[in-house]
Amino acid sequence: MTAVVRPRRFVEPSALPGFGPALGFTMVYLSFFLLLPLAALVLRPWEHGFGHVWSVITERRTLDALKLSFGAAFLAACLNAVFGTIVAWVLVRYDFPGKRLLDAFVDLPFALPTAVAGIALATIYAPTGMIGALLDPYHIQIAYTPLGVMVALVFVGFPFVVRAIQPVLEDLHVEVEEAAATLGASRLRTIALVVFPAILPALLTGFSLSMARAVGEYGSVIFIAGNIQNVSEIAPLLIIMHLEEFDYAGAAAIGLVMLLISAVTLFALNGVQALVARRGLR
Amino acid sequence: MSAPSPARRDPPLLVAALIILAVGYLGLVVFLPLLTVFIEALRKGIEAYFSGINQSEVWSAIKLTLIVAGVAVPLNTVFGLAAAWTVTRFDFWGKNLLVTIIDLPFSISPVISGLIYVLLYGANGWFGPQLQEMGIQVIFNITGIILATTLVTLPFVARELIPLMQAQGSDEEAAATTLGANGWRTFFLITLPNIKWALMYGVLLCTARAMGEFGAVSVVSGKIRGFTATMPLQVEILYNEYNFVAAFAVASLLALFALITLAVKTVLEARFADELAAQRWR
Repeated sequence: MTAVVRPRRFVEPSALPGFGPALGFTMVYLSFFLLLPLAALVLRPWEHGFGHVWSVITERRTLDALKLSFGAAFLAACLNAVFGTIVAWVLVRYDFPGKRLLDAFVDLPFALPTAVAGIALATIYAPTGMIGALLDPYHIQIAYTPLGVMVALVFVGFPFVVRAIQPVLEDLHVEVEEAAATLGASRLRTIALVVFPAILPALLTGFSLSMARAVGEYGSVIFIAGNIQNVSEIAPLLIIMHLEEFDYAGAAAIGLVMLLISAVTLFALNGVQALVARRGLR
Repeated sequence: MSAPSPARRDPPLLVAALIILAVGYLGLVVFLPLLTVFIEALRKGIEAYFSGINQSEVWSAIKLTLIVAGVAVPLNTVFGLAAAWTVTRFDFWGKNLLVTIIDLPFSISPVISGLIYVLLYGANGWFGPQLQEMGIQVIFNITGIILATTLVTLPFVARELIPLMQAQGSDEEAAATTLGANGWRTFFLITLPNIKWALMYGVLLCTARAMGEFGAVSVVSGKIRGFTATMPLQVEILYNEYNFVAAFAVASLLALFALITLAVKTVLEARFADELAAQRWR
């Protein structure tokens, strides 16, 4: 036998059977349900030429909708970052009756269908609703304004920050805080300089997940938004409107732009997070 | 909880304030919408509630939702098992990319998940006209609803199984195979018992999302009453007709299902924490 230079294999040898069929099934399934449809999203915007894409994207209505979708998602994620951190802190550090029930209910926005949340939020914040009526005398309106969009996005994005921070807070060794205290740091200083840097990467993860989810959200928003053109109309709704006019290229163009902006945002946030995580190691 | 270290003792006033803040935020963001669903559903009494549900349209919506979940969830369960087997039991080129692709549907707006199927199978879609000639209608039909629902819920089972099977390793399966068990025997006698709780957890989350999906389904369904309206779409139809009691009555069924999901999820997490991979739920 001659010596063989082993080529780089596609798959390392294994004692277990089934690689071929399992990979084959996985790939066919992914191609059918995900990759082929996504290819249509990438290719179809251009079928009436670049000019059509440009005119759809730069239309005042589209720009306003994109601004609203991303702006409201950003603000909602900020709000959830602040309160999510407080909720995670309280759930991990303090003991009080009903805590476990509260903990379980953090996930409700994941479990409750978005349309159900949508009609409930619209009812609560309408001028005649439980909270809307309280604010009405002060001429503050939430439903059918951009503020309403944000309220709905706060609901759908709420669990992400809490669930990202909780495990990190639980794993934080008590010795770290004891050391800080022994060395004379005040409690506030310890939290600001020891605890907060430790949870910051997780906070950023939660923030970006919360924002990513909120950007594309539809069901919980459309009822409370009122969908007023240039004011409270979100980008996903515009996609549906273009589809209803059989403008597939226009709908695909908006979808593609949304995906691209989301990807860039997530990429940037991941970069910030990597930077923060590296700082923490020094 | 044991007594916290003195270094972690916060001023009682601050503790009380933070707990009140956290409970208040959760109450406002999560409990109030949930409560509103049931209050509005029962606003005109129990009889109005049941007559809101007991309509032929609602029954066909319930049936359709169960059929769609009944197809999408088993499909994604088989896919999850195949994908997890491929990714965790073999080392091959492009593995990380495959895992990223499996997660992709979570980062896509539901409306875009519906849109991409219209781009393929709609009246102006790549394959729509040909299929129509053959008498097959995908969009505005149950087929399209199943496709969109399957895409939106595609990662749930896979992403629950992958980290767990990765952590468990393949030693036991390799031993069984070496001793002469064939692939299926190994899978059913070794793998499946090891992952059963995680599998159940993934199926649970997948089912909850499949039954509640709104954005993707609303793009492909056409909302034909009694025919292509799922339960969440039926909620929208009734709400837009100002039939609030019936809308909230149907919504309350979905909310009840969400509560059951949360309860089962909490029990699974509490009892089988070691046999579950902590997973982010979207």
